[in-house]
Amino acid sequence: MTFLSHLITGLSLGSIYAIIALGYTMVYGIAKMLNFAHGDVIMVGAYVCFFAVTGFALPPLVGILLAIILCTILGVVIERLAYKPLRQAASLTVLITAIGVSYFLQNGAQILWSASPKSFPTNFFNIGESKGITLFDGGLTISYVAIVTILLCLVIMAALTFFTGKTKMGKAMRACSENKAASQLMGINVNSTISMTFAIGSALAAVAGVLMCSAYPTLMPTTGALPGIKAFTAAVFGGIGSIPGAFIGGILLGLIETFTKAYITTNLSDAVVFAVLIIVLLVKPAGLLGKYVPEKV
Amino acid sequence: MATMLKVNDINVFYGAIHAVKGVSFEVNEGEVVTLIGANGAGKTTILNTVAGLLHTRTGTIDFNNIHLGHFPAHKILPLGLALVPEGRQIFQQMTVEENLEMGAYTRPKNEISDSLEDIFNRFPRLKERRKQIAGTLSGGEQQMVAMGRAMMSKPKLLMLDEPSMGLAPILVDQIFDIIQELHAAGTTILLVEQNAQMALSVADRGYVLETGKIVATGTGHELLEDEAVKKAYLGG
Repeated sequence: MTFLSHLITGLSLGSIYAIIALGYTMVYGIAKMLNFAHGDVIMVGAYVCFFAVTGFALPPLVGILLAIILCTILGVVIERLAYKPLRQAASLTVLITAIGVSYFLQNGAQILWSASPKSFPTNFFNIGESKGITLFDGGLTISYVAIVTILLCLVIMAALTFFTGKTKMGKAMRACSENKAASQLMGINVNSTISMTFAIGSALAAVAGVLMCSAYPTLMPTTGALPGIKAFTAAVFGGIGSIPGAFIGGILLGLIETFTKAYITTNLSDAVVFAVLIIVLLVKPAGLLGKYVPEKV
Repeated sequence: MATMLKVNDINVFYGAIHAVKGVSFEVNEGEVVTLIGANGAGKTTILNTVAGLLHTRTGTIDFNNIHLGHFPAHKILPLGLALVPEGRQIFQQMTVEENLEMGAYTRPKNEISDSLEDIFNRFPRLKERRKQIAGTLSGGEQQMVAMGRAMMSKPKLLMLDEPSMGLAPILVDQIFDIIQELHAAGTTILLVEQNAQMALSVADRGYVLETGKIVATGTGHELLEDEAVKKAYLGG
């Protein structure tokens, strides 16, 4: 029974990583850059929702929508101001800029909202007074947050797969991620496609922020940093640039982390996660689903 | 014959490198015009500039009396100007059909399926492989994808950059047959080639480029007979 309970915790943590990793991987796929500020957008989303609900007494759903809208705008603005001018620059320059944006957001949050932790409301997904479903005469409780997180992750994954596979905009995104000059020759506006990708990634970050803080309610300016790095790891794990890869990577990471905490030791959970990453990359350098397409010339 | 494309005294630079030096030429409606010249003569640079991937430092480019100025590439295609780039540049990880659909990106959705059928009629090979990932096709098939993709935009002027590059002689013949068919169907074509013999034999007119400048011009036939051109580009 405890195994089942750990499994569900792992799946739901993994789903959060997966939602964040999807944003990472999409942005990487198209802009070929690691947006290390992605994790901090999560934190901003959580703060927005927190203040909307606790400060302005808005209903949770409105708070979540506000977080999504503001994070989408934030993501697009970050891209325009910080990354777009560096489109032709060396990748190292862009990487350092992304780290800079990350600190900028963290420090900005510290100034605006202070460094002292806030306690995020955990009752968003409660039904009445109940926090979750109790099974086996109280032997196993599955929280509604966990259920919503896992389901939402599946829905997002399916929606993104449909979007990139079937819609015109989604196909244009794949085209841009592969060859920008050729995409322009097709009449695709590469800049607006990149903006669109940042918008989607940042909206997902807001969702992840609210879900994560509903399960782990300590909210402070550095809240997004570690999950951001973990989700990046998950994206690399699954094969960066691949959407199903980010999903599988995220879920596996959540499971490994939770089981390590449960059965080995809490102190080593991150070390085990990264050890597994290193082993996977030794065997499959492109990640689990990173694909190698033979090119004929 | 109305002038479709008018390139007037353009200078193009790569940083400090002066790649195209005061080049002027024109393409009239219904013509096949070729630019020939050795590696590094500036042929690809000229096509990329007309397509909007590069920009001129001085000089003008007009297409159907629209001044292209510094239009970005994605705004040039809808005017009816498509480029099949050097090295094909197809979307390797997308299917043949998706590649072709991308060619019609700026066109209304309901017109796409007819155009797709047209392309499949012209290249039956691509129809058989419509669901195949384009990167797994042979070089000749990839060239067909690249040409079909450009044709999906229904261009008024089709620019082809070295369509014969890296292909077996039999495929080169096929590609040139297609160029002639397109010409017969009324498409205006600007062709860049190192295979000067082939290019001049299908072209109405040609321009010879050397280190960024036009050094000779004439009808395809005249250039084929020109002693200097023969010596430099036709192996005799």
